[in-house]
Amino acid sequence: MSGKTVKEILTSIRQGETKSRDWVQQSLSAIEQIDGELKSFLLVDPEAALQTADRIDSGQASEGALLRGVPYALKDNIVTKGVRTTAASRILENYIPPYSATSAQKLEAAGGVMVGKTNMDEFAMGSSTETSAFQKTANPYGQEYVPGGSSGGSAAAVAAGLVPFALGSDTGGSIRQPAAFCGCFGLKPTYGRVSRYGLIAFASSLDQIGPFTRTAEDAAIVLNAICGHDPMDSTSARGQGEIDFAEGIDAGVKGMRIGIVRNLPEEGLDPAIKAAVEQAIRTLEQAGAQVVEVELPHMEYAVATYYLIAPAEASSNLARFDGVRYGRRAEASGVIDMFERSRSEGFGMEVKRRIIIGTYALSSGYYDAYYKRAQQMRTLIRQDYDRAFAHCDVILMPTTPTTAFKFGEKADNPLQMYLNDIYTIPANLAGLPGASVPCGFAGGLPIGLQILAKPFDEKSILRVAHAYEQLRSFAWQRPVLGVAE
Amino acid sequence: MKITAETVSHVARLARLAMPPEDLRQLAPQLSDILEYAEQLQQVQLDGVEPTSHPFQEVNVLRDDVVRPSLPRDLALANAPEAEAGQVRVPAVLEGGGGA
Repeated sequence: MSGKTVKEILTSIRQGETKSRDWVQQSLSAIEQIDGELKSFLLVDPEAALQTADRIDSGQASEGALLRGVPYALKDNIVTKGVRTTAASRILENYIPPYSATSAQKLEAAGGVMVGKTNMDEFAMGSSTETSAFQKTANPYGQEYVPGGSSGGSAAAVAAGLVPFALGSDTGGSIRQPAAFCGCFGLKPTYGRVSRYGLIAFASSLDQIGPFTRTAEDAAIVLNAICGHDPMDSTSARGQGEIDFAEGIDAGVKGMRIGIVRNLPEEGLDPAIKAAVEQAIRTLEQAGAQVVEVELPHMEYAVATYYLIAPAEASSNLARFDGVRYGRRAEASGVIDMFERSRSEGFGMEVKRRIIIGTYALSSGYYDAYYKRAQQMRTLIRQDYDRAFAHCDVILMPTTPTTAFKFGEKADNPLQMYLNDIYTIPANLAGLPGASVPCGFAGGLPIGLQILAKPFDEKSILRVAHAYEQLRSFAWQRPVLGVAE
Repeated sequence: MKITAETVSHVARLARLAMPPEDLRQLAPQLSDILEYAEQLQQVQLDGVEPTSHPFQEVNVLRDDVVRPSLPRDLALANAPEAEAGQVRVPAVLEGGGGA
């Protein structure tokens, strides 16, 4: 990893050693220097960022502001008032949102400085950021490798040191998988922890916003700023109270119960990843954690379940893109023709594929066989985790079965691409929090250790991840595309 | 489940997508693969299992029915491809309507 942590930047600004402008300028210079090749940003607004930094430096943000003066980036499906937001789709190529997402408003209120919007798979549908209508983002550890997805731009920008943190969204692994591929920390909070108001919807019962950072502690700092119930999102969780996710993060793992999965599906699992994860578990065990075996008997059905439920919800959510109120409108003779042409010209192939799968799964005659059965399986998967967490505080497993793959390697075989999500999907189906923390390298590419916990117990994840970050001893490799220390 | 290009075409129309024949030919085998993979859910005994539509089974959330500020009209229309007289303009809805 390259660059400073959120904590280091905050400390420096609070002690008066540096100003926000220094860090924003540094971030903009790094983007200027590296992003021509990395292509992690879809939009950068240096002038606006520097103006915001100056306002904060001249005393606009309070002393105690949670992210005073810290630069950051947002995935381009998080709407920002007056700043073009595309979800990496042609259909929203010129969309200027009239409002900001709650998470964006909260970062602004916390004194953060947005430097730009990051690339992603179109409407967050993909695992490689290759379905973006605009550009391909490279993996900082090798230009011929994908950064993962769908939040590939945010992961690459943080891993390369262009920004100290970025927000992404995770529907089936879209924060954790790119964090694993790019070698940074990624946290998908519990469903409902962070407001989805202003997150361009993919699958509403699965989507959740979360941070990419260099460390678990930084993720705690960012989560403090963005979490909470929001009257504008009826699915955001009530009664979250005042939580400090950084409090107790350094309590260590002594006495914690770590669950490992008996009969984890291992088809296609890279032996180097299996070995790195086992090594990480041994490291935590030696530090005093107790390892227990748990069973997740329905995990093998998670991918099939997800790839019916997510497209079904997407087919409904994306019906709003009809060329009427916003977005691309095609020339047409009648209104139906206008809908069809606008959507066909505006959506890319992966988005169309998922809309069609979803429409099929919801259509009369197939609803019971596909959608309803998937929802029933979702119940069994949720219950698996309820039972497993009666015996442990966290569950550890690989984030992904392989390290980053090459561009085009899976682009022609959607099912192969989907199977890559086997370890990340269950947390979304069950609403659980999950994180990916770097735990080694194979062939020069990063490996991610996934940590899952009970709903609303992000603190256990952060505590284990923080402890592991202090203990891990593998040789850290530097990205080929990244800022110098 | 083998999905034909005709089925894809029909479903695409339901979703208001106009797909060229080459896309239909490419999609049909891919959708067959994906749905065939999903068939494994047919092998499991699921009778009597309650479906989950939301991770935490939220109940409906209501708010008081009072007027509150909302998006101003000019901002709401700012992204409309065509607007006129404070409204969104669309092509003719009824055949032969002339579209004014």
